[in-house]
Amino acid sequence: MAIDTTRVQAIEEIEPFEAAEEIDGGDVVLIDTREPHEYQEAHLEGGKLVPPGLLADEIATAAPDKSARTILYCRSGNRSAIAAAQLQQLGYENVASMSGGILQWQEQGLPVVAAHGMTPEQRERYSRHTLLPEVGVDGQVKLLNAKVLLLGAGGLGAPTALYLAAAGVGTIGLVDDDVVDASNLQRQVIHSTERIGMPKTASARIFIEGLNPDVKVVEHNGRLDASNILEVMEDYDIVVDGADNFPTRYLLNDASVRLRKPVVSASILGFDGQISTFVPFEGPCYRCLYPTPPPAELAPSCSANGVLGVMAGTMGTLQANEVIKLILGAGEPLIGRLLLYEALGTRFTELKVRRDPDCPICGEHAEEIPESEMGQFPDYDAFCAGAGGDRQSIA
Amino acid sequence: MATVRIPPVLRPKTGGQAEVEAAGAEVGEVLRSLTSEYPDTGAQLFGEDGELNRYVNVYLNDEDVRVLDGLGTAVKDGETVVILPAMAGGCAP
Repeated sequence: MAIDTTRVQAIEEIEPFEAAEEIDGGDVVLIDTREPHEYQEAHLEGGKLVPPGLLADEIATAAPDKSARTILYCRSGNRSAIAAAQLQQLGYENVASMSGGILQWQEQGLPVVAAHGMTPEQRERYSRHTLLPEVGVDGQVKLLNAKVLLLGAGGLGAPTALYLAAAGVGTIGLVDDDVVDASNLQRQVIHSTERIGMPKTASARIFIEGLNPDVKVVEHNGRLDASNILEVMEDYDIVVDGADNFPTRYLLNDASVRLRKPVVSASILGFDGQISTFVPFEGPCYRCLYPTPPPAELAPSCSANGVLGVMAGTMGTLQANEVIKLILGAGEPLIGRLLLYEALGTRFTELKVRRDPDCPICGEHAEEIPESEMGQFPDYDAFCAGAGGDRQSIA
Repeated sequence: MATVRIPPVLRPKTGGQAEVEAAGAEVGEVLRSLTSEYPDTGAQLFGEDGELNRYVNVYLNDEDVRVLDGLGTAVKDGETVVILPAMAGGCAP
């Protein structure tokens, strides 16, 4: 490409240390004018990627304010100088190109966001993630470092685990005391015909490790109860509730509020699903939404009533979507919102859920629980007596 | 007339219908119209004291009637009343 030198000379060029001072001072739009693969290797913190070939199309999104201070950089300073000239022609008033580019920046010992911790294989595997500004290298590293506990490796847990594993969530814990049954396979997509009879946690491990060797699978082949839930949950950042009974759902809620861990909670029956995200003290908890479990006749199970397999997949992948947003800190999780999905009509309905000031767990007076009662759980089986029957395996 | 969204667990009591039209100027009246048309829904919505059962959430459009005026919340023509009991299914065999 022929460079219009009069234009290039007309642009302002600044040294990396000057750029660093301006960036530290704030109110700077920082644009990286390289190619995506270069950006993924290393970039300046806060730098927005606008490849040279896409400058005209994408600059308005990356830098909407033409009067704002806009600093461009590339590898060595050539492409950013050309881009700076183009931006001036587009009406940007206060543009500078960083001379020497990121190479000189790094030579001067200034920090970059590098894909350290990511191997070349990982950069390839997650490239469709890292290209997304909302994920990027930073976000993928967060995913790789995240620890997520799934309650149940069944109808909801299977699709959730599948997508979390594919996304590179670094540690996936699975709680389930059940074995794979032929009747599971219509919806529990991480298990297989040849693994019928195998514990679900072991079957899930085989699937996940085959899909993504980056994921560490932790098997909790048993049931959660008041005696072990705090200990199991402690090691995880986020919990995904796919339990099939009310005692476990209330127990999980109370433990998560005490440990201040977010819970992504979904349930399914027939053609219908519900999902919400409970972040303790930021939004309502499960008890704010459902203070009392229903009696048994209003709490039928999928085993008795059936469930559309693909609908479990829809709800499970929505759970995975919520988990990934929570890890990335991106988007709007379903906090304070209950999403209903009705598969026959293909209809989504959103309801508002508010914190209950009188909630016994997260309400205004809940903080007054004495230290001696922390970790002491009421008798959930009695509390939920008749609601969904005895505590069952969680899947 | 308001539209009442029937949850899966109550659909056997409404002939399988997921939505039912019901008359009433307030949420309570709409639900009473429903229970008079489909009497089997009554025991599951209301307790012996005539109050809404605590395990049933009722929404007018997207808002919980508990934060509005409860069963006395005014309902306009064409609005939607959603009946929502808790569901636990994660689906074990």
